[in-house]
Amino acid sequence: MALINFDSVSVDFPIYNSSGRSLKKRLLQVATGGRLSQDASGVVVVRALDQLTFRIQDGERVALIGHNGAGKTTLLRALSGVYAPTGGFVQVQGEIGSLIDISLGIDPETSGRENIYIRGRLLGMSKEEIRAKTPEIIEFSELGDFIEMPVRTYSTGMHMRLAFTISTTLRPEILLMDEWLSVGDENFKHKAEARMADLVQATNILVIATHSPELVMHTCTRAIWLEHGKVRMDDTPKAVCQAYFGYVPSPSLPTAPAPLSG
Amino acid sequence: MRAPSIETVKRIDHVGIFAAVSDVKRAIGQASLAGTLGWQDVKQRYRRSKLGPFWLTISMAVLIGTIGLVFGSIFQASMAEFLPFLALGIILWTFVASVINEGCIEFVNAESVIKQLPLPWFLHCLRVIWRNLIILAHNMVIVPILFLVFLKPVSPVVFLAIPGLALATLSLAWIVLLVGIVCTRYRDLAQIVASILQIAFYLTPIIWMPSLLSGRASTLFLDSNPFYHLLEIVRAPILGYTPSLLNWGVCLAMAAIGWSLTIFMFGRYRDRMSYWL
Repeated sequence: MALINFDSVSVDFPIYNSSGRSLKKRLLQVATGGRLSQDASGVVVVRALDQLTFRIQDGERVALIGHNGAGKTTLLRALSGVYAPTGGFVQVQGEIGSLIDISLGIDPETSGRENIYIRGRLLGMSKEEIRAKTPEIIEFSELGDFIEMPVRTYSTGMHMRLAFTISTTLRPEILLMDEWLSVGDENFKHKAEARMADLVQATNILVIATHSPELVMHTCTRAIWLEHGKVRMDDTPKAVCQAYFGYVPSPSLPTAPAPLSG
Repeated sequence: MRAPSIETVKRIDHVGIFAAVSDVKRAIGQASLAGTLGWQDVKQRYRRSKLGPFWLTISMAVLIGTIGLVFGSIFQASMAEFLPFLALGIILWTFVASVINEGCIEFVNAESVIKQLPLPWFLHCLRVIWRNLIILAHNMVIVPILFLVFLKPVSPVVFLAIPGLALATLSLAWIVLLVGIVCTRYRDLAQIVASILQIAFYLTPIIWMPSLLSGRASTLFLDSNPFYHLLEIVRAPILGYTPSLLNWGVCLAMAAIGWSLTIFMFGRYRDRMSYWL
């Protein structure tokens, strides 16, 4: 059973300018009795999430939509535990997996095989798990003998195929994504779609930030529209698409979600 | 990223300390990941050179040779005594100083990882320590060679260097975490730390032997220098004499007090740190 429960969660970012980060300036402030602190402290607080309250049950696939800066990525980070809320209460039950930056931890100077190991370890896989999955990853990413070559010799496509395949090996209970992953040429894209569908199928909860109405309609069971860090609307995909995009695309697309460069 | 279920988080101060302790425990549980990343760092630096990290050993040997010749003749010390002392001092000091300096920027460097994977913070500290232990091991090769050249006998107390290094590393671990926390918030502190270490290098008996000092003021001067004790518990046994109880006592006290203070600080600011990046 997976569950996400947000109870009036707020996230405030302190924005430090160069003087806010400087200890010297900070000490000078103390020495000058704080009179300067208004001008010199430079700490501006930005409220990225503003008292969000919602509950996501097992089996839900939630789309987060909203303009850039509406708080989608921050919400994903609050979900994954990177940002502890500055106010409110977050409850997450279930193992979390995030596919936000699939290239994270890929070292260009190292061979593909070693990268599978390092990236796998970063994602929380054990040595044995990685050993067991490696042949499948090499096979799926179609790298062949290139797997023993340093990643810097790869084409962009090969690089993305490797990163994609490693990252989609895990089967977490809660899956967080920032836009749908779509990589490779036509041929690989179909394989990738099938793998993604499989992955989404295997997770209990999906939370995905997206700008694509097709994706919302095709994949999700619920959509949350964020605006200035607040929930503007929380309803069925159809209702939210109608309100936000102004139209409802047909949900029966042949190969689903938005073609995104990879 | 595979994170366990989280039940967070209202910030209550006494909970902070538990969170800090559990972060450190989780990091130790994942020590092999820190090891993998630390190895990776070392390999990355020397990827396309034939000699790999032994380049470090060579440049270290040249440095020791040069300083040894210059200061050895200035102090008119016997080379058989001075060179092994100097070599161990510089090698261990390089370890201590690099761990602390790199600790200052470790969280900032790992920003992209931290913002995506809720790995324990202390894991990044372990990575710094492990990376530098590997480099230390490469540099240490110089010491037995010097002993052979000068036909210096090895005394059985040499084994005391092992618990010595363990205790010194334990102390460095909290320093790394502490400077990491503070330097993430105040970015100019890394430069201050670097300057302090530079001064400490000259104040600590590394290129000069403690026997050159005389009088009561000198013992006070030495004994009040924490770096002296940190070095001494590893260096002394290898050179063939037992570190004093004071050396051990100061190091134990540093570890205990330092860790308590750091855990308190870490508990207080852990939740804020990702916002500082």
